[in-house]
Amino acid sequence: MSTEKSVLQRAFEWHEQRLPIGGFIDGVIGTKYPAPKNLNYWWNFGSLNGLMLVIMIASGIFLAMNYTPHKDFAFDSVERIMRDVNYGWVMRYMHANGASFFFIVVYIHIFRGMYYGSYKNPREVLWWIGILIFLAMMATAFMGYVLPWGQMSFWGATVITNLFSAIPVVGDSIVTFLWGGFSVENPTLNRFFSLHYLLPFVIFGLVVFHVWALHLPGSNNPLGIEATPADKIPFHPYYTAKDFFGVGVFMLIYFAVVFWAPNMLGDPLNYEKANPLVTPAHIVPEWYFLPFYAILRAIPDKLLGVIAMFGSILILFALPWLDTSRIRSAVFRPIYKWFLWLFVIDCAVLTWCGAQLPEGLPLILSRVGTFWYFLHFLILLPIIGWVETPKPLPASISEAVLKGRG
Amino acid sequence: MKKIILAAAAVLALSPAVRAAEVGPELMQVPWSFDGAFGKFDRLQLQRGLQVYREVCASCHSLNYVAFRNLSDLGYSEGQIKAIANEYEYPEIDDEGSDTTRKGKPSDYFPNPYPNEKFARASNNGALPPDLSLVTKSRHRDGPNYIYSLLLGYEDPPAGMEVLEGMSYNKFFSSGSFQIAMVKQIEPDKVTYADGTAATQEQIAQDITAFLHWAAEPKLEARHGAGLRVMLYTLIFTVLAYLLKKRIWARLDQK
Ligand code: HEC
Ligand code: HEM
Repeated sequence: MSTEKSVLQRAFEWHEQRLPIGGFIDGVIGTKYPAPKNLNYWWNFGSLNGLMLVIMIASGIFLAMNYTPHKDFAFDSVERIMRDVNYGWVMRYMHANGASFFFIVVYIHIFRGMYYGSYKNPREVLWWIGILIFLAMMATAFMGYVLPWGQMSFWGATVITNLFSAIPVVGDSIVTFLWGGFSVENPTLNRFFSLHYLLPFVIFGLVVFHVWALHLPGSNNPLGIEATPADKIPFHPYYTAKDFFGVGVFMLIYFAVVFWAPNMLGDPLNYEKANPLVTPAHIVPEWYFLPFYAILRAIPDKLLGVIAMFGSILILFALPWLDTSRIRSAVFRPIYKWFLWLFVIDCAVLTWCGAQLPEGLPLILSRVGTFWYFLHFLILLPIIGWVETPKPLPASISEAVLKGRG
Repeated sequence: MKKIILAAAAVLALSPAVRAAEVGPELMQVPWSFDGAFGKFDRLQLQRGLQVYREVCASCHSLNYVAFRNLSDLGYSEGQIKAIANEYEYPEIDDEGSDTTRKGKPSDYFPNPYPNEKFARASNNGALPPDLSLVTKSRHRDGPNYIYSLLLGYEDPPAGMEVLEGMSYNKFFSSGSFQIAMVKQIEPDKVTYADGTAATQEQIAQDITAFLHWAAEPKLEARHGAGLRVMLYTLIFTVLAYLLKKRIWARLDQK
């Protein structure tokens, strides 16, 4: 090899000495970040989250160039984007379906954390930041859905903001404050647009902390045991290559929906302009909010319903302590594993209930589902941790790999 | 990996099913030319649908998001579009400041049949004929089949049902009451097609529905076409990424 360096290389090194961006990236997702060698495909969803955030911000910025945040023009401006703006329909369908796919990815990512115990010591703060990201995503998606100012936008906003009126004493003042008036009106739309533009960048900031907190202990792995340096491989090129493949598979599904069934996940009623005088017979949020909506409506008392709904997410903050087992991976937890799958089924049932009218069977099911949801976290998890006898852990990742379990 | 794809597929399959059951009987199903990933509009059908809209529906329903220039999608030439636009009149203020009218231009949108909502309601028994530009998307998940079924779904009310004055029984009407304030609009030979197609009820209903779906989703063909290309590129990318991944990970076994 010649020792001559090319101009490009020298320019790069000159710049690195002054601002080592290359070295920084190499440390975060490059050759200097050692990752356990046994990560499976569930570990692809972290980078997919990052990708979705970028897609949402990029498509959102183009939408914002042509969108008008005024109650008389918002709906028309979205239709203009769909009809007259060059490739506006691509941006709009990518953005609207992107929100759904972002939530699919984040739900799988959270489930991965639950299955392999990624929230446990020493990753509690990492887990917390993840929940903060999830909360910020929900706020962003909720306010974004109001922007096209369709019937469901308007009535969804009305129902959800009204929840705050359940708070004793100050509730009504809070709602007036949120609305910027005495009903969901033009000021509400304006502030929602402003915040909808802001929050994704807050999420971006949270992601930085999320990744920072990840890099101290490093990635967990499917066995949940500590990875020794010998069990690790550099993130680049191994996991970059694997992530690219995952991105491809994911994009195939995402693009199929964007181009071939772009209205499959949305509510038809949102193609009707908002009309404060006509209340839809059945107000439903987007699918990703349905389990929480079911919990809200399962409880007859409004205030308690609101507390349960927010509590169902906030309870995740306490998960590292509610789960009393010190074994991370469900692979070695014969009882926990089954209850976790039951929990997934419970969430699916609640999702279904959230879309039905709260009466008859759906109401009974959402009550049972809500009860089970909290039972799982507050009672079952602590008890399982105490009574369960875990399977023997392998001494190291390499040993497990040799036994064909990696 | 398989598990993950299965999980994603399950979520996708579940989500429409998760929606509240749509009320009413099962819709009549038409094999639309624009169905499926490669579907395209049938231009002659859209032209017939435009004729139905102009001759039957336009007296009550607006089509606010469609401009005459958009009709080039249906295969009309610039001259033909000008001629169509010219048949309409728009209010204008002349140089002296007085109200006058001018002829329509390709950049104009289809005019509203009524000057305002109150007038529209007063002319329709209190009901408001909705704008039709988005109606195949805003009423039902299976929009085109819903509109088609609705247009033909008029029949005698079931025994014992009292149909209100000025209302008609329609078994597909989504409001849940099955009583609609629009009387049956489509009869055999309601229009005489310029292209000589036999104007059966079913033909007319299909043509107007296809036209309305074009009005709601004018970029459908571009979307389907782009989708095919995007999916092909993504597939190639994915295969290459898979091969690359396999190759890179093979290094580990050699160690
Ligand atoms: C005489 C006036 C009149 C004419 C002509 C007319 N409609 Fe209507 N249409 C109405 C009224 C009024 C309503 C509102 C019905 C209601 O809400 O009960 C309506 C409602 C509709 C709806 C909405 C149904 C729903 O589910 O809400 C559709 C779709 C529709 N018309 C299509 C058509 C088509 C297509 C034509 C032409 C073939 C047509 N209409 C011609 C008066 C008319
Ligand atoms: C976390 C990232 C984001 C999420 C989850 C999100 C979610 C949403 C949702 C659900 C909608 C409604 C789509 C519809 O049904 O039409 C929407 C609309 C919109 N968003 Fe976002 N968004 C994000 C980021 C952004 C950003 C960064 C911008 C601006 C720079 C933006 C600008 C817009 C605009 C202008 C609309 C209205 C146009 C439309 O409705 O299609 N979004 N967003």
